Amino acid sequence: MTGFSRILAMIGKEFIQMLRDRLTFGMMVGIPVMQLLLFGYAINTDPRHLPTLVEMGDSGPASRAILQAMETSNYFDLAGITTSRAQTEAAMQQGDILFVVTIPPDFERDLLRGARPQILLDTDASDPVAAGAGTGAFPTLVQRALEPMLGEMTPPVETVIQRRYNPAGRTALNIVPGLLGVILTMTMAMMTSMALTREAERGTLETLLATPTRPYEVMIGKITPYILVGFIQVVIMLAGARYLFGVPFLGSPLAFLVSVSLFILVNLSLGFLFSTIARTQMQAMQMTFFVFLPSILLSGFMFPFAGMPAWAQMLGQALPTTHFIHAVRAIMLKGARLGDVAPDIWPLAAIFAAIATVAMLRYRRTLD
Amino acid sequence: MSGELAIDVTGLTKRFGEKTVVDDFAMQVPKGAIYGFLGPNGSGKTTTIRMMCGLLKPDGGGGTALGYDIVRESRTIKSRVGYMTQKFSLYGDLTVRENLTFMARLHALDNPGQHVAAALEEYELAPRANQLADTLSGGWKQRLALAAASMHSPGLLLLDEPTAGVDPKARRDFWDRIRGLARKGVTVLVSTHYMDEAVQCDFIAFIAYGRKLIDAPSGEIPERVGLITWRIEGRNLQPVYDALYHAPGVDQIARFGSALHVSGRDADALERAIAPYREREGLTVEPAKTGLEEAFIWLMTGSEDNFQ
Ligand SMILES: Nc1ncnc2c1ncn2[C@@H]1O[C@H](COP(=O)(O)OP(=O)(O)OP(=O)(O)O)[C@@H](O)[C@H]1O
Ligand SMILES: [Mg+2]
Repeated sequence: MTGFSRILAMIGKEFIQMLRDRLTFGMMVGIPVMQLLLFGYAINTDPRHLPTLVEMGDSGPASRAILQAMETSNYFDLAGITTSRAQTEAAMQQGDILFVVTIPPDFERDLLRGARPQILLDTDASDPVAAGAGTGAFPTLVQRALEPMLGEMTPPVETVIQRRYNPAGRTALNIVPGLLGVILTMTMAMMTSMALTREAERGTLETLLATPTRPYEVMIGKITPYILVGFIQVVIMLAGARYLFGVPFLGSPLAFLVSVSLFILVNLSLGFLFSTIARTQMQAMQMTFFVFLPSILLSGFMFPFAGMPAWAQMLGQALPTTHFIHAVRAIMLKGARLGDVAPDIWPLAAIFAAIATVAMLRYRRTLD
Repeated sequence: MSGELAIDVTGLTKRFGEKTVVDDFAMQVPKGAIYGFLGPNGSGKTTTIRMMCGLLKPDGGGGTALGYDIVRESRTIKSRVGYMTQKFSLYGDLTVRENLTFMARLHALDNPGQHVAAALEEYELAPRANQLADTLSGGWKQRLALAAASMHSPGLLLLDEPTAGVDPKARRDFWDRIRGLARKGVTVLVSTHYMDEAVQCDFIAFIAYGRKLIDAPSGEIPERVGLITWRIEGRNLQPVYDALYHAPGVDQIARFGSALHVSGRDADALERAIAPYREREGLTVEPAKTGLEEAFIWLMTGSEDNFQ
């Protein structure tokens, strides 16, 4: 009972300090909003006027109607017309060109004969976000362009889309679960490690240790307020994803809650572990970045996980962020339920148990 | 038996790496006493105090505080001992009241609000109750720290240089409070560098380079050190000072306003050194009591020879 009241005292004190440190508190709420807007709008808005090359094998009225429609759609900017395959390859390789449209020879004739000629769109999918919108719009666009000439004869052509460099072609929706993982990693681990290191750096740890407060009471008391902050961040980002970008939430809320809670705990205990090693808040922050960077690069947030070399995948598997992002993508975008994400939940639980144990063992009961 | 002793430790030893910071330290503090703990910077006072309240584990030796083993029963000790750290270590971004409330709750006191109100009253902190601790002046910070350390009515107070950097009036006030607590039966171990505070202690232990050099009732210290002191008064004392500084038989010479205090352990040798000044025009030479300060400076000088 006395232990419980001590924990409450720690929690209360931590909240007061947190709210009094306006800048840090603002950051904890501001970072998710800012990142979401940055990734959502600045980087993620469907980009238009992307340079496009056309390889004309035929130049009849149908072909010209298609080119016309592409230009008016605003997705594509015609950078040139060529008949040389080698030239288009080079331009795409260098990244000068994001799309190549190939209209085969005899296109008009096949079209009028109803032979469903192929029209080919090559996209540079190494930046899937950039190419995504134009790629998505292309088939309908072709269809519409030909309607005045051919009526609603369905479908007059076969559009073949070929994604270069990134055949998986991740969609913009993938960003939100990833962002959730990355932001929780960053703020949760950093804030707790700094809040705890601050006690040692300012000497207040000596006051705490001189009272009968137990290590786990300190841990729970310091960490609980940040659990709440973590959930606030999650709510902000989910709401933003939904109402700003229309990201769906298809799966089970329970599975989501379990994944998020576990992931928040993992990061808080990581922060606690760092605080037992770092002597200053600065060191604590640097240690967070030590984990934060691989969490961005190797978790499947930046690059498709399946596309990474084996060693990078192994490293990635050890990162909690990897499992979290994987689980949340499945839940939000593919409608997964708790059972479906179990293969990601167990590793998260194991990582949490390991980190929390080491942190508790390392926590200093004394000052030496 | 430890029933009479608030602190009873022997053989306390603490090493940081290769360096032995506290070496075979023993101390017996009777209940209700004000015990002064003196020693030069880095001599191991803070380290010793931390071992006594379970904040540091001794590498050797042990003992009891309030009858509880300082290693095995450190949690019990923590709930019965009040420790005021050398560096202010309450929360600067919490108010006076919030700090006290927090401490009251960490000690799991019944009705913390009542304890806080009583402490605010007793330490005259009420007008500053809603001020952030960081914005208090040095004297008020120390007062808040004492209030926080005695929040749970400890039977033993360990005060580590509680008045460092505090103005004389605030120091006097602080010591009035310490004596008040002692009258109520609280045992106080207090480290200090101030001689006017040392004389107010019932006992004094002096430590240098991790070893205890002397430990006695404060009135007996000068006598124990064995120094004899003469006071030379008059005008233009600088040449006298210079001449006696290196004179054989003079162990120590210090200025006291318009007088010199010349001390030595060998009465005959000292007499030979000051004899020429006895007849000197305008100078008076008379016996003086050796002060604590002279005794300690003498101890420090000696300890350097021994340990450095
Ligand atoms: N955690 C530590 N690690 C390494 N050395 C330490 C540690 N704590 C103290 N020391 C060293 O131990 C010695 C004794 O330090 P301590 O703080 O106990 O002295 P002190 O008598 O309290 O000095 P002061 O009057 O300056 O407060 C010093 O040389 C100090 O540098
Ligand atoms: Mg000290």
